[in-house]
Amino acid sequence: MARLWSAFGAGAAMLALLAGCNEQSNGEAANGGELVRFDPDPYPSTYQPLPSGVTLIRGANVFDGVDQLLEDTDILIEDGRIAAVGQGLAAPDGASVVEAEGRFVTPGVVDIHSHLGVYASPSVSAHADGNEIRHPVTAEVWAEHGVWPQDPGFDTALAAGVTTLHILPGSANLFGGRGVTLRNTPARTVQAMKFPDAPYTLKMACGENPKRVYGTQGRAPASRMGNMAGYREAWQRAVEYRAAWKRYWDADDASATPPTRNFELDTLMGVLDGEILIQMHCYRADEMALVLDMAQEFDYHVAVFHHAVEAYKIPDLLAEANTCAAVWADWGGFKMEAYDSIIENLPITHALGACGMIHSDSDLGIQRLNHEVAKALGDGRRMGLEITDAEAVSWFTSAPARGLGIFDETGSIETGKRADIVLWSAHPLSSYALADHVYIDGALLYDRADPDQRTVRDFMLGQPGQEVR
Amino acid sequence: MTAHMLRMAAAGLTACFLSAATALAQTIAVTNGRVITNAEAGVIESGTVLIRDGRIAEVGANVRIPSGARVIDAEGGWITPGLFHPQTELGLVEVALEAAARDNAASGSSFTAAIDVADSFNPAGNHIPSARVKGVTRFAVHPAVGSAIIAGRGALADASGRPDSLFADRQFMLVDLSVSGARTAGGARSAAWAYLRAAIEDARFYPGRFMSHHEGDAINRFDAAAMVDVVRGTIPLIMRMDRASDIRRAIAFQARYPAIRLIIAGGAEAHLLADEIAEAGIPVILDPMRNLPASFDTLAASNRAAGILHEAGVELAYTTLGSDLYWNPRLLRQHAGIAVAHGASWEDAFNAITLAPARIYGVADRFGSLETGKTADVVVWDGDPLEVLSAPTAVLIDGRVTSLETRQTRLRDRYAQMRREGEHGFAH
Repeated sequence: MARLWSAFGAGAAMLALLAGCNEQSNGEAANGGELVRFDPDPYPSTYQPLPSGVTLIRGANVFDGVDQLLEDTDILIEDGRIAAVGQGLAAPDGASVVEAEGRFVTPGVVDIHSHLGVYASPSVSAHADGNEIRHPVTAEVWAEHGVWPQDPGFDTALAAGVTTLHILPGSANLFGGRGVTLRNTPARTVQAMKFPDAPYTLKMACGENPKRVYGTQGRAPASRMGNMAGYREAWQRAVEYRAAWKRYWDADDASATPPTRNFELDTLMGVLDGEILIQMHCYRADEMALVLDMAQEFDYHVAVFHHAVEAYKIPDLLAEANTCAAVWADWGGFKMEAYDSIIENLPITHALGACGMIHSDSDLGIQRLNHEVAKALGDGRRMGLEITDAEAVSWFTSAPARGLGIFDETGSIETGKRADIVLWSAHPLSSYALADHVYIDGALLYDRADPDQRTVRDFMLGQPGQEVR
Repeated sequence: MTAHMLRMAAAGLTACFLSAATALAQTIAVTNGRVITNAEAGVIESGTVLIRDGRIAEVGANVRIPSGARVIDAEGGWITPGLFHPQTELGLVEVALEAAARDNAASGSSFTAAIDVADSFNPAGNHIPSARVKGVTRFAVHPAVGSAIIAGRGALADASGRPDSLFADRQFMLVDLSVSGARTAGGARSAAWAYLRAAIEDARFYPGRFMSHHEGDAINRFDAAAMVDVVRGTIPLIMRMDRASDIRRAIAFQARYPAIRLIIAGGAEAHLLADEIAEAGIPVILDPMRNLPASFDTLAASNRAAGILHEAGVELAYTTLGSDLYWNPRLLRQHAGIAVAHGASWEDAFNAITLAPARIYGVADRFGSLETGKTADVVVWDGDPLEVLSAPTAVLIDGRVTSLETRQTRLRDRYAQMRREGEHGFAH
């Protein structure tokens, strides 16, 4: 899909899709006037890969991100893409060769749950840009309008191998707003970080947070019942809004009065059209099960449950709905709905047939998603589950890339993919593993051995202690 | 450093320990593992730790195992002292957001120094066994900061979960002099320091100044009585602070009140003045994970801080502040692994989660290493304890083999296989 958009121009393709995929309705010029249409991409990505040459990584142990460990394998990078993966690849003239015998390589780390930029460091009140706490339904707000590209957390995440990250609004609201998927590159604008053609997402939230935030103000929702009522009321308005626009577009009459545009319902309509992926904060098994029924009631799909602390109780329901669980290894206890957190959540969910992945939700945790995976894997194996290291690597690479709808572009080391690659100092599931090289689109953005080959956000310039960072 | 350790030793003599648990009269041999003694014997590549009546009887490569001894085979894994966490809220917080399941911060109290965290501690807290099964055998229990910058007195406990597991109460006083302390005290650091100095003076002139009227300049009579132990150096004063300038104020404070034994908790910028801290002999409780400018107090935070502070000779213990202090103290070894990845030696890092915290709290004569005569807190691991893939296979506290079952492992076992709807609810 993303490639198709590149070919035709993302704006035009999205326009057609949002118009309900009705080819006939594109003939607005035929009757002289113009039907009202929306620009689905008014803040388009201006991302440009940094310049990169031809690079050959030679002789590495390559975790390809899709369940294989390829030993003594070469990776050829050309034009920012993976040109070849195999043994005994010849180095083209002028290629820079990275001798990596015995060293480990993985795809760039993908974090599907980050608040970098919307809750930037330092966490002063002025940097709280992730929750529009004024109404429980704010599907009209977009995380990209709150991302500060100068958050120093982007730099530390890059040093940990994070090449792609998904920035979400917080979980105060039932509908928190749109998320945005970013390339982890230094940039002056958020547009210059936006992952080209990545689908939009919509953050929703279950459970304690919305009912606490609004209930304590004496407003709805004040209970889990109110949460469900709030979602359903909004979905029903979206169904009616979508029907109104479809009628207008299908009538193909430029003289007709179009429905009134509503930014909140635009986003929900995008979900109902399958163009915007639901990323839903939900802890408890019973609540996830209710949400899956609600998705059937209104005919949409939940792409990923986030936190999903009790995913291990319902792997069958998740698998049946084709819904993934993005989880921590071991956070818990901070509230009642996190009380049944177990370290084996991810391996059990995975082993029992559902789709699982790791996520951070933290500017510290994003710096060691490999550790988080190792902790979950270790305890999973100790309970008898047979999961390979290579499968576990998918939990911080291909699985989150799939959850974001960008797996055709990143998340694995396969020919044709963006060359998002990490060369590690040790086995990536070791406590001692650090990213030595981090490549994004084939460009070396981080080199542990070279202090000049690191990104430094504006905020850090001139701050104390930078000589020892 | 030396001066500080002497004060520690002196304090150890006068500290009031609760009665130690009576260990079972049992002989246990933990054998066939790589023994990290944390003592002169160093690392014994294949050794045995012999335990008798709750204490370590012998450690070595050629220890004769008495007949009748219970043998725990490490199967080539690692045998280490139990981990000692220097800063937790274990036993205080079951569910952090639920006021009814949280007992850490006395936010509405009119008391300060008199607060004794032992009154709140619940040895049956479910997160204690969760820490234990990841190798934590001893821990300090810290009060969180409530209505005043002086949060009260902390305690030391073991992770057995037994009713007597809190083995030493009123072991240290906690004061918040960080940016949050500044807010608590009235909006500025200067107010926090003025409050602390006034409280110290209230205690120095206790009980005399309370004869004619009941109020001190900062704290009440009951609090001042509790603060006397700090002023006399009987118990240490733990200062929560991160910013380099605050730590310099602490060093100056130490010079002004040489009898007071300081410990710094936080220390995100401590590495900027590592030599000065070492010179002053002030131990630091640091989280090697914190590396972000999370506030204007921690602009210089760096993963390299631990290595720099070790190198300068600062007495350093690691904590899990960046994870949490109530649910994830079990991650202590991961935080130590992070220090190693960023330049600390393995030995220094392991020391910082075993012997160093025991020394800081004046109990290194009993805990923190595998030496004859010490309390038998012994952990057997299936690999390098600082590796996130490793885990304990046996945990002994006071020479007792403890259970590796927790509420969380019960949940794991219940949902380990798919069952028909309804079958999950039975007692498996």
